[in-house]
Amino acid sequence: MTKVRVEVKDLTKIFGKQAAQAQKLLAQGVSKKDILAKTGATVGVNHASFSVHDGEIFVIMGLSGSGKSTLIRMINRLIEPTSGQVLLDGQDITKLDKKQLREVRQEKLSMVFQNFALFPHLTVLQNAAYGLELKGMDLDKRNEKAKKALRLVGLNGYDQQYPDQLSGGMQQRVGLARALANDAEILLMDEAFSALDPLYRKDMQDLLLKIQEQMHRTIIFISHDLNEALKIGGRILIMHDGTVDQIDEPEAILTHPANDYVERFIEGVDRTKVLTASTVMNHAHAVNITKAGPRVALRRMRDNDISSIYVVDDENHFVGFADADDVADLIRKGSRDLRSVLKTDVPSTHPDTPVNDLINEISKTPIPFCVLDDENHLLGIILRGSVLAAIAGEEVTE
Amino acid sequence: MNIGQLPLADWINSGIDWLTQFTGFFNGITNFFQAIVNAIQWVFDLLPVWLFIILVLALSYWVKRDGKKWGFLIFELLGMLLIWNLGYWRDMTQTLTLVLSSSLIAIIIGIPLGIWMAKSKTAEVIIKPILDFMQTLPAFVYLIPAVAFFGIGMVPGVLASVIFAMPPTVRMTNLGISQVPGDLIEAADSFGSTSWQKLTQLQLPLAKSTIMAGINQTMMLALSMVVIASMIGALGLGTQVYFAVGRNDAGSGFAAGIAVVIVAIILDRITQAFNKQAHH
Repeated sequence: MTKVRVEVKDLTKIFGKQAAQAQKLLAQGVSKKDILAKTGATVGVNHASFSVHDGEIFVIMGLSGSGKSTLIRMINRLIEPTSGQVLLDGQDITKLDKKQLREVRQEKLSMVFQNFALFPHLTVLQNAAYGLELKGMDLDKRNEKAKKALRLVGLNGYDQQYPDQLSGGMQQRVGLARALANDAEILLMDEAFSALDPLYRKDMQDLLLKIQEQMHRTIIFISHDLNEALKIGGRILIMHDGTVDQIDEPEAILTHPANDYVERFIEGVDRTKVLTASTVMNHAHAVNITKAGPRVALRRMRDNDISSIYVVDDENHFVGFADADDVADLIRKGSRDLRSVLKTDVPSTHPDTPVNDLINEISKTPIPFCVLDDENHLLGIILRGSVLAAIAGEEVTE
Repeated sequence: MNIGQLPLADWINSGIDWLTQFTGFFNGITNFFQAIVNAIQWVFDLLPVWLFIILVLALSYWVKRDGKKWGFLIFELLGMLLIWNLGYWRDMTQTLTLVLSSSLIAIIIGIPLGIWMAKSKTAEVIIKPILDFMQTLPAFVYLIPAVAFFGIGMVPGVLASVIFAMPPTVRMTNLGISQVPGDLIEAADSFGSTSWQKLTQLQLPLAKSTIMAGINQTMMLALSMVVIASMIGALGLGTQVYFAVGRNDAGSGFAAGIAVVIVAIILDRITQAFNKQAHH
């Protein structure tokens, strides 16, 4: 497990004048609705705890009003938490005074905003250099760094333009460049791509993933779009009504939703993009070639009601694939060596291949795909039926 | 039942009497205002008419970026020549002195007040009604205490104009700063800017055109005070109007009045052009 960069403990935000009283009620387990009725205070975030590891893209996911924007703003204290802790590399942000907080914001945390929040009176270059200017870096040096960040996000030759001369997608590239130029190791992205049209949003997601491959920042990404969360998230936190429902890897969220809310939430998702070969594969019936001859192979096929069987070696490396008819012939001839009838031209795939990429071929090929890892180990096979079941949201059963 | 009349007038009088004992304080203000007035008037008196006209035309040429500038330059030239021809040149420069010095003082006090209002809810709650009071109380009423504290002449005229003309600058500064979008403020905060950096690098630049609109209004209001200020001895075109009223001389009254209009149009267009220039 990699190092924890950001640790959030019991973070709570209550809006309203009677926050203290509301907090007491909250501790007694009174519901958000009743607290609002009794005290007029709104519970924004209710005891959220999670930790984000170094180099991870951690997606906080929820619909509007779920408290996700409040939650991310408490991490850099744009919103003051009512209670709880935010530890940044072990340092408690909530205890800092104004000056220390400014330093942390300048050095460690950068934010990208939903509506870009670019400064309209500054050029693209000046916008990208904004954080560096606040740090007190001299003009030449900060322009150089800002230009580098602009190149990284794919903006060439727009340095002297003003934000309103750029399209929405390009503006958000500037927003991203402004955050990256700062060299902050933690990026807070508040619905950064939500205001973009779908095609451009996809481009930006790809760009972010590409940049992340090079830069290995720790990214906390807010989204209300589950497909986006599943695409870019290393882990996803799902919240509603200010409470955390589930924190898990994308596939685990789809295959093992923690509660009814999450289950309903994932209903509409396009699973083919998230599910990989390894999640939809079934157990492969195989025989070990060093131990088993044609008779064993044939009996195994008969026992399991299948017409062909996979053949592996001692270390479970894939060797080939044998048809029942061929094996029966072999027995009739009295041969004991399966090798002569083995076929190796079997369609195969890597366990991490998204199902989306397989669907087309699976529908065309009559024989199942076998799933092989980098060392050619046979992990399983993919049957058409189980792909359909997985897309429909049912668990793959053996 | 007999309720006695509230002695409000007596209270105010005794208040003003009490205030007049701070002669040193008021003399200080008088001297400060007088110094500004004298400096501006000195410059105007130094300039020959032709040079003054050329400078105004050059300034207009420089600030006006749109296509209609030649029409405006011809208007300015003809207007100033008319004022000179009518014999109101010195009166016009005195009026300008009154307007410029009171606007300058209004801006120096008004912009910080506006900023303070935008930054502090308490300040806003306190200052807002005072601004309403300053703007709605009939301007004549200021003249009485102004004379009591500052005597007769330019200075009480400037003071009355400042009080009457300052509110738009304060209000528009407050408005301009409050209108800076919240997400830009968040962005500035999230990168760790100080309040001062936020004010100078973000809020004031974005509020610039709104503040300029306030300054424009302030100048126009100051100009509207010239006739009233002439009643307490502030010299200028207002004095000419005031005299014409006294002599029932409609011709001179209108002639001086038209000169005021010409000054107003020139000031208005130049400050507006400054505002347009503020956009990139």
